[in-house]
Amino acid sequence: MNYRFDWAIVTSGKYFDWIVSGLYVTIKLSVVSIALSFLVGLVIAMMRMSHVRPVRWFAHGYLEFFRNTPLLVQIFFWYFGSYKILPQAVNDWMVRQDFEFAAAVIALTIYTSAFIAEDIRSGVRSIPKEQMEAARSAGFSYVRSMRYIILPQAVRLTIPPLINQFLNLMKNSSLAMTIGVAELMYQARQVESYTFKGFEAFSAATLVYLALSFLITGLMTLYDKKVLQPIKGH
Amino acid sequence: MVGGLDFGVVRDNLPYFFLGRYPKGPLGGVALTLYLAVVSLVLSFLGGLFLGLLSVSRNRLIKWGSTTVIQTIRGMPLLMVIFWMFFLLPALLGGGMTADWTIITALTLFTSAYMSEIVRAGILGIPKGQMEAAVSTGLSHKQAMTHIILPQALRNMIPSFVNQFVSMIKDTSLAFIVGVSELTHVATQMNNRTMLYPTEIFLFIAVIYFIMCFAFTELSRWLERRSAWRKSI
Repeated sequence: MNYRFDWAIVTSGKYFDWIVSGLYVTIKLSVVSIALSFLVGLVIAMMRMSHVRPVRWFAHGYLEFFRNTPLLVQIFFWYFGSYKILPQAVNDWMVRQDFEFAAAVIALTIYTSAFIAEDIRSGVRSIPKEQMEAARSAGFSYVRSMRYIILPQAVRLTIPPLINQFLNLMKNSSLAMTIGVAELMYQARQVESYTFKGFEAFSAATLVYLALSFLITGLMTLYDKKVLQPIKGH
Repeated sequence: MVGGLDFGVVRDNLPYFFLGRYPKGPLGGVALTLYLAVVSLVLSFLGGLFLGLLSVSRNRLIKWGSTTVIQTIRGMPLLMVIFWMFFLLPALLGGGMTADWTIITALTLFTSAYMSEIVRAGILGIPKGQMEAAVSTGLSHKQAMTHIILPQALRNMIPSFVNQFVSMIKDTSLAFIVGVSELTHVATQMNNRTMLYPTEIFLFIAVIYFIMCFAFTELSRWLERRSAWRKSI
């Protein structure tokens, strides 16, 4: 093989800046989407446990449909196809935003929220039933017992799977390149096509992804050691 | 017409969605999606078993080496693995590999890392006493592993494998990026050609994927319930 390595292109200068800007977009996309996914996931989880049947069925359908469909297809649907089913006002608003970014956020949020909802539900189910009964007999309404007694405990148990979902989301955000969001993967390809130095460009992007992954995994270990173990110990 | 949507484009091209250009051309669409998923899953099972066994090895060097490989692959997006394969395999093998097999290699490598964690957890889930009992009856460590531990561990892993198959079906959609004409690729082509029906086309393939994945998700749940029931009696 007579390939000449040129690591300088990805360690400084213009192409280095591209990779860094890709990293910034990846982080922004992941952080915005995880925050929204948590909120939507919380609502869906509450709906899934509702006593009203149609509400429960809707949440169940939402979960099963979005978990069992490829994320890529969902991204394409929101990017290419959503205009026919969304109200005109929403379409207009989306076009005024960075449309690619908005479509990617919507797809990632809906996909991830379906997984998070299940994590939250199993967190809530792991809180003994007696707690709810005690709260209700102390005069709390159902919603207030959830809000003040059950959820604060359940969320603490849900944080490790949530961090895990964040890790998945960060990796999944690479699919946003297919609709032209200039995240890390997109920029790596960009550097490759401008320089023909694919090995260097992909190595740089791989290292950045690995660093992000290990950082998030480390966060999980830290949480487990500092927060969960002390609780379980007592 | 359903709610202002016109599914005529889907109805007129049904064979294309399911079989691609077959029989006049190569197999594509749903058939290729399932083919890629099944072949990659079988290979990933072997890869996962191999990596999983290495990761519970008593030899530290092998254990650390395999764990590093597994964690590195798990730390990367699948898309990255796919680009690496498309970039490296021609350089290493001097070309000659079809796009189908390159994507199968990437899916296999990626999923093997996840499978190996299932295998490892399955092996570690078998009580230690079993290995000790087997070794004390005169079996070697290797014999005990193949005849006593693995058969039990593998049975417990079946629901997880089925779940992995669901992920695999979803992951094959990424083959579109490198021009393998599976279902998602067929849909984007159809969308590029007709321009007017993106909503209908992507909704349709989403439903097709959902039917395939949901069937296997339910199968996995059923297997899990059944094995829990078996253990309870």
